[in-house]
Amino acid sequence: MITTLAALRPGQTAVLRAVGGERTWRRRLLELGFVPGTDLALVRRVGVGDLLEVELRHSRISLRISEARALEVEARP
Amino acid sequence: MSRPVVAIAGNPNCGKTTLFNGLTGANAKVGNYPGVTVERREGGCSLPDGRDVVVLDIPGTYSLSARSHEEQIAITAVAGLNPIREPDAVVVVVDSTQLARNLYLVRQVLELRLRTVVALNMADVVRKHGMRVDAAQLSRMLGGLPVVPIAAVSGEGLAELKQAVARVLREDLPAALPELDGAELRADVDAVVPHVPEAWSRGDNARRAALARWALLSIDPQDELWDVPPALRQAVLERQRLAAAAGRDLDQTLVAARYRWIDDGVHAVVSRVPSTLRRLTDAVDRVLIHPAVGFLIFLLLMTVVFESLFTWSQPLIDGVDGAVSAVAAGVRASLPASFLRDLLADGIIAGLGAVLVFLPQILLLFLFLSVMEDSGYMARAAFLMDRVMKAIGLTGRAFVPMISGFACAIPAIMATRTMERRRDRLLTMMVVPIMTCSARLPVYTLVIGALFPAPHEPGGTWLGFFSVQALIMVGMYLFSTVLALLAAAVLGRTLFRGATVPLVLELPPYRMPAPRSVLRMMWERSRLFVTEAGPTILVCSIGLWLLLSFPRGAAPTASGPGAPVAGAAADAAAARAENLRQSYGGRLGHLIEPAIAPLGFDWKIGVGLIGAFAAREVFVSTMGVVYGVGEGDQVATPLRERLQHETWPDGRRVYTPLVGLSLLVFFALAAQCMSTLAVVRRETASWRWPIFLFTYMTALAWLASLAVFQGGRMLGFT
Repeated sequence: MITTLAALRPGQTAVLRAVGGERTWRRRLLELGFVPGTDLALVRRVGVGDLLEVELRHSRISLRISEARALEVEARP
Repeated sequence: MSRPVVAIAGNPNCGKTTLFNGLTGANAKVGNYPGVTVERREGGCSLPDGRDVVVLDIPGTYSLSARSHEEQIAITAVAGLNPIREPDAVVVVVDSTQLARNLYLVRQVLELRLRTVVALNMADVVRKHGMRVDAAQLSRMLGGLPVVPIAAVSGEGLAELKQAVARVLREDLPAALPELDGAELRADVDAVVPHVPEAWSRGDNARRAALARWALLSIDPQDELWDVPPALRQAVLERQRLAAAAGRDLDQTLVAARYRWIDDGVHAVVSRVPSTLRRLTDAVDRVLIHPAVGFLIFLLLMTVVFESLFTWSQPLIDGVDGAVSAVAAGVRASLPASFLRDLLADGIIAGLGAVLVFLPQILLLFLFLSVMEDSGYMARAAFLMDRVMKAIGLTGRAFVPMISGFACAIPAIMATRTMERRRDRLLTMMVVPIMTCSARLPVYTLVIGALFPAPHEPGGTWLGFFSVQALIMVGMYLFSTVLALLAAAVLGRTLFRGATVPLVLELPPYRMPAPRSVLRMMWERSRLFVTEAGPTILVCSIGLWLLLSFPRGAAPTASGPGAPVAGAAADAAAARAENLRQSYGGRLGHLIEPAIAPLGFDWKIGVGLIGAFAAREVFVSTMGVVYGVGEGDQVATPLRERLQHETWPDGRRVYTPLVGLSLLVFFALAAQCMSTLAVVRRETASWRWPIFLFTYMTALAWLASLAVFQGGRMLGFT
């Protein structure tokens, strides 16, 4: 199912399909390994900061939920 | 012959600084890279073959790509572009537990054709968790490069690492890695290659292509890169336009090619990543970044930091003050009365005291900061505070400096170093000095105590319960906090515009901070403060002393050995008051009276304001001298009474509650602290920002006091 990174449930895995957003930020994400085809998992959401934590290639990266909508993923059930 | 330079590069949180410390021992030179405020550290190291090398620490980065001058330092220093000398070898430190991501930087460094050694850090963690990372296989993947497993924290593998560095320094460059570009990307790179300056590529084709790729990824119409040849910029922008028109995604293609190479190769290197690796960190994070519990713990921790800066540092500060007074008294007692004696005791020694008195708070704050940073907690704090700070246009990392500003702006401004973006650092530095620092308290206590009724006096309570004096004190804290946040919001939308950057934050695994690194950080910060902000503070305090002591009146100087009798003491105090009146500072007070009269201040307050520039609390002792009520710790009570009875020539009271309020507001907002200005100068490496800070805060203070005083009068208060 195609959705955005922001819509994943904690613990759910997905394959990254496309990365959008402003160029500097997008380049930073790409260089941290957010390239299409990469497996990733949503670790958790944190309420206060409206952030989520993603695991990919054994690294943990946090993004704002609002900004994670720019990442399109194919969710695994 | 100059010593070979070995650059140490690596991702943030990979243990690079710990390795640097391990290689260089205790004698690093800390400065800035030319033209930016990015910290540059270098130190000496002896290799096993007897050769001495200079070890240069490259700022931690995930990639060499850059968009700002600050980010550009990494490529400039690694590749040795003008004006930085090319390193003779590069050690890339990688975190073995997150190898894939770290290899991205390794690949970029290798493309630049430099003698390279990979330090496979966290060997201890790998072993403990039964993970397998095959160094020999990684070396094959990287074209035969030396790969040395190390544990920077314990020093394991450092000897082997030094041997490997010595070896690559002797050997020729290995063959270039096969290029990864497909046919389309090759065409893009080829179009840019002719515009890469010869001084950058040094005639090496692989390096030229690498720099073309760097330019394609880094340059864009809004970048803030420095020293990029216009022809190269033109060629890149043209190529980016063509690619976009053809629907090709240059950035993604360039990065994805490297990650394809990484993913293909890393399988054979890392055989098993056990699930235990993150277990502890995950367990701790369930508490520490919990929306409620984590937030509470963070606030608790901040309270401890604040309490330590505010209260625990006090005995140390008193100790410094006591020692300085003792030395000054010793000088005064052992030398005959002369200008030189006074200069030494009241100017130079007092000035040195004004520098050293900040050390307790700097040491304490950096103790907390480096433990927070090294343990991985700082990233979580930024995470927790992101939403709150984003609302006023700052990053989560600005929170700790802002809170520290309640104790003292000096360490708080130094703490802005933990922020990545220059805009965020500058903006934070410009608003932190508004926070109610501890130096304002003696002034507030004096003014509130003198001009507002105590609880037992008529009108001293509000609703029969709250003390008016206490309410005003609390109000001053609220006022400064609101004003600082407002200033951040306004400056962030005007002078420091620039979109709030989308957040990408790494949450590194928790690690036990190495005491050596923590101590080293505390030592380095203190040393930098003393050597770089110290001279400015010293010169200013000597200047202020001269201003307030010269020219000397006819009255004899009061201080001297032998206890004066009571009558003589009163005479001496009167003489000192007369001296101050005659001094340049006293005249300056008269001179500025027209400017401060609309705020309700007379020239005597003007003299106090000038004295307060040395440090705000000096206002109290300067006013003590102005009114001839003596000096030192005993001044507060008689001064309070004196203020209550001071009148204008026409008999009106000078110090009414309205004047008091105006004075409080002025002290809350004015940049009356030369040490703050000196430290901003050191941190921004320019006079521009301290001048701006002084101007805008003082203007704001003047306007706010004017509004309070004139507005109050219009409302019928006196």
